[in-house]
Amino acid sequence: MAHAPTRPARARPAVYDALVVGGGLVGCALAYGMHPALADIAVLDEGDIAWRASRGNFGLVWVQSKGLGMPAYARWTLHSAGLWPTLAARLLEETGIDVQLRQPGGLFPMLSDAETQARVKFMQALHGQPDMPSYPWKLLDHKEAAELVPGLGPAVQHAIWSPVDGAVNPLKLFRALHVALARRGVHYLPRCPATTITQGDDGVFRVTTPQGVLSGRRLVLAAGLNNRALGEQVGLDVPVRPQRGQIIALERTRRLLDIPLNTLRQMDEGSWLVADSQEEAGFEDRLVGLPVLATLAERAVLTLPALRDVRIVRAWSALRIMSADGFPIYQESPTHPGAFVATCHSGVTLAAAHALELAPMLAAGALQPTVSAFTNRRFHVQKA
Amino acid sequence: MFRRLDGTAGTTVHLTYEGRPLACREGDSVAAALLAHGHAACRDTVVGGVPRGPYCMMGVCYDCLVTIDGQPNRQACMTRVREGMVVQRQSGPREVAP
Amino acid sequence: MTMHARCDLAIVGAGPAGMAAAIEAARLGLATVVLDEQAEPGGQIYRGITNPPLHDRSVLGSDYWHGAALADAFQRSGARREAGATVWAILPGELDDGAGPSSAPASYYDVGYSVDGQARLLHARHVLLATGAQERPFPIPGWTLPGVMTAGGAQILLKSSGLVPEGRTVLAGCGPLLYLLAWQYLNAGARIDALLDTTPAGQMWRALPYAWGFLRSPYFAKGLRLLRAVKAAVPVVRGVDALQAQGSGRLESVRYLARGAWHTLPADYLLLHQGVIPNINLAHAAGVPHRWNDDMACWEPQVDEWGATAVPHIGIAGDGAGIAGALAAEHRGRLAALEAARALGVIDAQRRDREAAPIRATLRRATRGRAFFDALYRPADRLRRPEGDTIVCRCEEVTAEQVRSAARLGCQGPNQMKAFLRCGMGPCQGRFCAVTVTELIAQEQGRSPADVGVYRLRFPTKPMTLGEMASMPQTEAGRKAVVRLQK
Repeated sequence: MAHAPTRPARARPAVYDALVVGGGLVGCALAYGMHPALADIAVLDEGDIAWRASRGNFGLVWVQSKGLGMPAYARWTLHSAGLWPTLAARLLEETGIDVQLRQPGGLFPMLSDAETQARVKFMQALHGQPDMPSYPWKLLDHKEAAELVPGLGPAVQHAIWSPVDGAVNPLKLFRALHVALARRGVHYLPRCPATTITQGDDGVFRVTTPQGVLSGRRLVLAAGLNNRALGEQVGLDVPVRPQRGQIIALERTRRLLDIPLNTLRQMDEGSWLVADSQEEAGFEDRLVGLPVLATLAERAVLTLPALRDVRIVRAWSALRIMSADGFPIYQESPTHPGAFVATCHSGVTLAAAHALELAPMLAAGALQPTVSAFTNRRFHVQKA
Repeated sequence: MFRRLDGTAGTTVHLTYEGRPLACREGDSVAAALLAHGHAACRDTVVGGVPRGPYCMMGVCYDCLVTIDGQPNRQACMTRVREGMVVQRQSGPREVAP
Repeated sequence: MTMHARCDLAIVGAGPAGMAAAIEAARLGLATVVLDEQAEPGGQIYRGITNPPLHDRSVLGSDYWHGAALADAFQRSGARREAGATVWAILPGELDDGAGPSSAPASYYDVGYSVDGQARLLHARHVLLATGAQERPFPIPGWTLPGVMTAGGAQILLKSSGLVPEGRTVLAGCGPLLYLLAWQYLNAGARIDALLDTTPAGQMWRALPYAWGFLRSPYFAKGLRLLRAVKAAVPVVRGVDALQAQGSGRLESVRYLARGAWHTLPADYLLLHQGVIPNINLAHAAGVPHRWNDDMACWEPQVDEWGATAVPHIGIAGDGAGIAGALAAEHRGRLAALEAARALGVIDAQRRDREAAPIRATLRRATRGRAFFDALYRPADRLRRPEGDTIVCRCEEVTAEQVRSAARLGCQGPNQMKAFLRCGMGPCQGRFCAVTVTELIAQEQGRSPADVGVYRLRFPTKPMTLGEMASMPQTEAGRKAVVRLQK
């Protein structure tokens, strides 16, 4: 039975200026940023049940962990964090939705000497890299950390603090982007997964979906884990694999915590999120693994003992889109000019850079040197 | 107010609600005890601050949340009364004991 | 490594299906544990049956007391019951349970549950979900006001505490439970100011006597007499098309539309009921596929004639498998127990089929005419699909208009709706909003509810404390996934 199509406010053009495949945080941020430089944009999305990394977010706007092995990533991330207030203000103005950006700094807690040593070593290696952008970070002892986190558990001997970190409400961000797209007349087409993609001699891309064929002068693949298969059709090698992360959500409490930790935060409306895990579990995001939740819970209680009798109201898992080295891939196809791929596992942190820096490049039709580190050519260096 | 039918068997149990003593029947849920004393509302919600009370009486609606013996967000309909139990109305998001 | 308690068959729920299944399973020699949320067995329909507060048995009616024999047999069956046990997960067992690597893959479940704020795991080779049904949401303006409750909830107060409302009391909705409660209240001498019947006008009085006669279910064997007794003593308004609960901070009046005119009744209590729907959360999170039953406007698990599902060693019996009533629940419970015994290799298929044959015959009689009956009592569209400021998600206070406008924006389905509006994110985990959200999206987008889908549920399916989760067993692999010393 045919689905009733969502009726767009603008008439559907014969050929769009750009087709964005993927309606998650990356796709929506890019579509948002390409408009109004490009007038006719369509965002193709799957159905309600799909891998949907964008609904499984912790929501950090996080800098301090990023870039070991690629200082350019640290620079890109820091730049995005700096652009974030602009994005948040624009979304508020356009949609009335406050995405609750807070950038008060962030903490990475360590619960044992081994963790402290490993983390300090990591941070020193990270900041010792040539071309690494400089930003403040500090190793805090328990007493200093407890000033930022009242009631901090004694098990947290040390924490790494950086003032450049923060967080946002990722679901409000997602909704704000969708509302902004609708307001701007960008066509959001749900239940339109791309099956085949071809490029004609005229350079126009034709994307086949269950609801018909769509044509666009530019193609942006932002389809998360599906980028791999779709990329193959347009000469793009996108080595991504799923990496599962599990998160626990706690009931609302009165306000206790203003500073985000990478493992624990209190949302603007009072509920809590506990994170996170990294599991190579294949394409299984339905099962919630009890042992992982138990470890997450134990560490959360060690971090903030007062949470012991606060209730878990739900737990979920989502699949991160992990590239071979963990860094983003922004690439134009060498064989199908006008086809681009954009993938990362930090769709929230990078949303500002995506919307305000990368999207204009895509609209203009060429990636700039600032993102040249993120081409997939880096994966081919090893090939003999 | 809900009233007890004549001939209802059971031992009397005493608890306090908002500091005031409440007599009820052994085997009652806390929700039944509150309703028997005319308390249709037992909390104010976290989102809108509006009053709510027991709705389903079988543990699936989570509207009958009260603080029992210092522990917030306990379902009144799923908790049996106990002699000396201290029940308090909740207002907004729960407290967290230090 | 925590030592789990072990059993052959874990049954969740001690209502008629759970009790009957336990009796059968114990008879077949299965080590059976029943995990029941309530303090006493009986489920909701036989709530209070083992410790009844009322001395006057005529108040509740003889069909209620049928449960006493069942509960008695259950308590003598040899099946172990854990009271006050809230199940929050059913997880496939890990390969290595601490006894060393097995030569064959482990085939069992860890059933996670809590008693008195302590989390525990029950190792079971087969799981039977008998979690029954819940009241269907009845989203009318003001349904969240104190003083508005479900008729089922009021019936629980009567059965387990001997309580009846005092003050102006209005019953509203459709379906036999509403009339049964009215009859029980009359027996108890309780006041009922009105019964507002929302069955779409024209159908009810013509078909009702036949439906009940057709069914010949013991609860309604005396249905016609019950109906007449209620009509004689209570002002019954038929053809009620719309309903509102009004008041400031508490119910003060009930406004209703009947035959094109609005009326207002002052009221202290409004007891709502428009049928029951299966409790699906646990089955859904366990991976059991569900389907939309359009006749009954609800989600149901997909089960075969044994209650078996697509998930190995997980079966469902009773109203949780699809609404069919208390007696049908018993028979389905027994069939599911026979199937469990076969699946565990304790009996063979021939014996299972042989012993099932008389049960099936009884089940057929118990469900005779059900489809006709269900279609008759399908709640009116208008009362399932609210508009405007009417609350849809009680926990997060999301309104119908918020859901509808998100649907008009092109919101994909309930899961994207959840992400956008937080509906379904409260402690009830969508129990009181799932069907409404699905239907509103379907209506706004011109799609079928089956196509729209339902909230994606995961464990824990009932809230539990962080401390309880922290007490659960951890594994090396799990710790490595969380405590990352490299990044």
